[in-house]
Amino acid sequence: MKVVLIDYGAGNIRSVANALNALGIEPEVVADPARLDGTTHLVLPGVGSFGDCMSRLNERGLVEPLRERIAAGTPYLGICLGYQILFETSEETSEGVAGLGIFKGRVKRFEDQPGLKVPHMGWNSVVPRKPDSGFWGGLGREPYFYYVHSYFPAPEDDSIIAAETTYGADTFAAAIQTDTILAAQFHPEKSQEAGQQLLKNFFALTA
Amino acid sequence: MLAKRIIPCLDVTDGRVVKGVNFVDLIDAGDPVEAAMAYNAQQADELVFLDITASSDNRGTMVDVVRRTAAHCFIPLTVGGGIRSVENMHEMLMAGADKVGVNTSAVKNPDLVDAGAKAFGSQCIVVAIDAKREGPGKWGVYTHGGRTPVGLDAVEWAKEVWRRGAGEILLTSMDADGTQAGYDLGLTAAVSEAVGIPVIASGGAGNLDHMVEVLEQGKADAVLAASIFHFGKHTVGEAKRHFAKHGIPVRPPFGAASA
Repeated sequence: MKVVLIDYGAGNIRSVANALNALGIEPEVVADPARLDGTTHLVLPGVGSFGDCMSRLNERGLVEPLRERIAAGTPYLGICLGYQILFETSEETSEGVAGLGIFKGRVKRFEDQPGLKVPHMGWNSVVPRKPDSGFWGGLGREPYFYYVHSYFPAPEDDSIIAAETTYGADTFAAAIQTDTILAAQFHPEKSQEAGQQLLKNFFALTA
Repeated sequence: MLAKRIIPCLDVTDGRVVKGVNFVDLIDAGDPVEAAMAYNAQQADELVFLDITASSDNRGTMVDVVRRTAAHCFIPLTVGGGIRSVENMHEMLMAGADKVGVNTSAVKNPDLVDAGAKAFGSQCIVVAIDAKREGPGKWGVYTHGGRTPVGLDAVEWAKEVWRRGAGEILLTSMDADGTQAGYDLGLTAAVSEAVGIPVIASGGAGNLDHMVEVLEQGKADAVLAASIFHFGKHTVGEAKRHFAKHGIPVRPPFGAASA
C-alpha cells in the first residue's frame, strides 16, 4: 500500500498524517508528480481557497496526474478543498478557475441569511443517504463531524451524494461517494472517533 | 443541527499548565499534553492553548507541546499567545495547530489579521478581544491582562477584524474574568450581533447555568472555560447534558446518536 498525501503547500498536512498514523497508515507526503508511481491511495486534504489550491496544484504539475489517476480508479479521499476541486468551478473564484472536473457541478457559497454565521464552523450532524454502503459503518444514524467552510459543492448528479448536512436554509452534499472515491466537506481528521471510523472504513473498502 | 461548542482553555507557561489541572486520572497535572488528552477523552469540542508568557524563547517549547498534542487529540486545536507574525502562525500550524489566536499583536498591527487570513484562510485566524465595560452598552478594548486601554471600542474592533478576514472572535470580559459570577451577556450579545462570524464567549463561568445564559441570551456560538473544568467541578460531559436539557444543541458522545 502506498498512501500518498498530496502536499500543495497550503493544506494542514500534519493533522491528516496524524489521523492516518493512528490507524497504522504511514502516508507519503508528495509534492512532485514524479513520486506518484505505485500510488494505491490518494489523499488530498485542504484548507484555504479553491483558486489558490488549483493554482498551487498547477504550479507543481499535479493537475493532470491527479485527474488521470482518479479517472483510472485509484482510490481517492478528498477532504474540504480536496472535495471541492473534484467539481468544475467555484463561486469563490471570480475568474472562473477550473477545478479537476471529475464531476459536474459547481461550488456554491452559503446563502446570506440574517443571523447566520459564515464560516459554518463546528460540529454538525451528517445524515448518510447510503447508510449501507460500508463507508458509514459503525457511525450510527447521524454522526457529528467537524466543519469549517463557507462554500460547498452542488453535484449535478444526485446519485453520488453520500450524506447531507443542513446549515441555515441550505441542505448540502456533506460527502459524495463512488466505488473508489470518498470526498467530504467536513474534516474526518478533526472529528475524533467518528472521523477515525470513517477513515478506517474508507481504507478497508478500497484496500 | 450545528452544535454549540465547549472549549476548555489551558494556560501554559514554559511548557507547563499554570495552576495545574485537578483531574483524578492525571499523573502529571502540569503537563499540557496530558491535560489536553483528558479533555479529548471527555469529548471536548475543541481545545485552546494560551501561552501566557509568550516570549520568543518560549515558542519552541509551545511548538513541541502542540506537536505532541496534535499527534493524539483529533479535535481542533487553537494556539494563542506570542503570535506576532505570519511566520509565527506558520510555525504553529505546521506543528499541528488548526487555528492561531492573535490579540495584542493584532491591535498593534491590524494588517496581521489580513495577512494571516490571506496566507492560511480565515478559518485559521481567531482574534482574541479583551473587553472592559466603560459605560452603559459600551466596552473598550484592553491589552496586558486588562490593564492597558488601547482606545478602541470592542464592538467596532470586532467588526473591523471580521472585515479584515478573521474567522472567529474569542471574546473575554475583563470585568467577569476570574469572578465565576457569569459571563458578560450584554457584551457578548453586542459583539455576536455585530459580526457575521462565530463568537466564543470567555470569562466568568462559575456554573453550567452561566454557560446556558451566554449561549442563549449572549448569542454566543461557543463557550470557553478554564477553572470550572480544571478543578473537577464539572466535566465537559456534564455541561453537554445540562445544555441538552435546556434545548441547546450539543455534539452527543460518539455512538450515542444511533441509540
